[in-house]
Amino acid sequence: MSLAIPRFWREIQSRYNLIGTKCGNCGKVDFPPRAVCPVCGRKSIGKMQRFQLGGKGSVVTYTVIHDAPAQFEMQKPYVMAIIEMDEGVRLTSQLIDVKPEDVRIGMKVQASFRKLGQDGDAGVIHYGYKFRPAG
Amino acid sequence: MKSGIVSYGAYIPRYRIRPKDIGVVWGADGEAMGRGLNIRAKSVPGPDEDVITISVEAARACMAKVDLDPTEIGAIYVGSESHPYAVKPTATIVAEAISSAPVLTAADFEFACKAGTAAIQTTMGLTLSKMMKYGLAIGSDTSQGAPGDALEYSASAGGAAFLIGVDHVAAEIAHTVSFTTDTPDFWRREGQRYPSHGGRFTGEPAYFKHVLNCAQLLFKRAGTTAEDYDHAVFHQPNGKFPVRAAKQLGFKEGQIDTGLCVREIGNTYSGAIMVGLCAILDEADPGDRIFAVGYGSGAGSDGFDLTVTEEIRKIRRDATPSIKEMIADSVFLDYATYAKYRGKILMREA
Repeated sequence: MSLAIPRFWREIQSRYNLIGTKCGNCGKVDFPPRAVCPVCGRKSIGKMQRFQLGGKGSVVTYTVIHDAPAQFEMQKPYVMAIIEMDEGVRLTSQLIDVKPEDVRIGMKVQASFRKLGQDGDAGVIHYGYKFRPAG
Repeated sequence: MKSGIVSYGAYIPRYRIRPKDIGVVWGADGEAMGRGLNIRAKSVPGPDEDVITISVEAARACMAKVDLDPTEIGAIYVGSESHPYAVKPTATIVAEAISSAPVLTAADFEFACKAGTAAIQTTMGLTLSKMMKYGLAIGSDTSQGAPGDALEYSASAGGAAFLIGVDHVAAEIAHTVSFTTDTPDFWRREGQRYPSHGGRFTGEPAYFKHVLNCAQLLFKRAGTTAEDYDHAVFHQPNGKFPVRAAKQLGFKEGQIDTGLCVREIGNTYSGAIMVGLCAILDEADPGDRIFAVGYGSGAGSDGFDLTVTEEIRKIRRDATPSIKEMIADSVFLDYATYAKYRGKILMREA
């Protein structure tokens, strides 16, 4: 359990505020953040800039989870989706505030702040982004 | 120089349950209970929502209305009686989530249903004294009511955040006054899952004594009467108490209608008067005067005399859903789903 604490703590900026990186050489946006641009390689060293995604995107594809891990029993059936953010980068997230039958590919979504999980009743609670239909 | 509300934001979970659907489980006439309490439905947090997520959503809604650098916020205080951690401040997570960290002070407040208004008063002092430019005061709860208890018909979830400062003030707070005594009307002991209360004792010697005394002190301090205000909002543990208190103070129905959200979403505890105040600010015009008196069991009341300024036209009130829109965006649950979402079903350990 103690190993998970620094792991999640390191990811707080990305999970809370969608902080990624932008290559100062070619402009490519990455999420989660990268130390080196996968396109420019060593040319990007020292040029990777902190970049905050705007929180808006659309559903590329999705799946409905019926057989959930124990922590997610309360939420099933729930939707996991690959979302393309307006900045072009893709990420995987749970979709909330929508019935599985109402999800559509191409649907506009926006980030919200939710509980992602916890290390048991006495452990640390993890928070971060999930996506809901854009209002 | 006066301190006041620079921006505001609220969050109400979408899920709802009707008193009728609670009563049917416990062999009670839930509809009659709802009528008696003047509550048509109460909000229910989703299984992945708690005071931290509600506080963050309210804080983000507050910041979305203005163009302010979040690092200018010098203090974040979150008032609640349902902080997810007993030790580990909700306010630290809010600070990170709105990019205000790390150069600020933060703490969690507790005073039953008035911890959020206590946070407003604290940030007023900090900004008036120029210790900082802005302070963020949040009141938020996912209140607990024991299954079958009268509280279960009203205890709901929601929260609101107010950015307090002395520059670009959209609603000036000209006067604030508090009235506090040792009154054991409602409490929750350390380690207890559900609160306890003194039944009828929560009325006259508790809510009414504190709200009415605080309101009279505020009238005296401001040199006003009920007629001088366009809106009035009170702590709203049900839809009956604030209406009766308002009437005794000389307010008319039209003055309290906008802020009386309890009828549609139940008692959001630390969020209650603050969500009501947000509903008023959603519709207020410059020059409108607002009378606000909160209440927290234990017990105390905080009163505020506010005047809306021209700045209200400059903040983007439509950047986030209004209280009316959040109330309308609702999904009704049956009791079984409600019990599951609220963790009232004993599960195998995950």
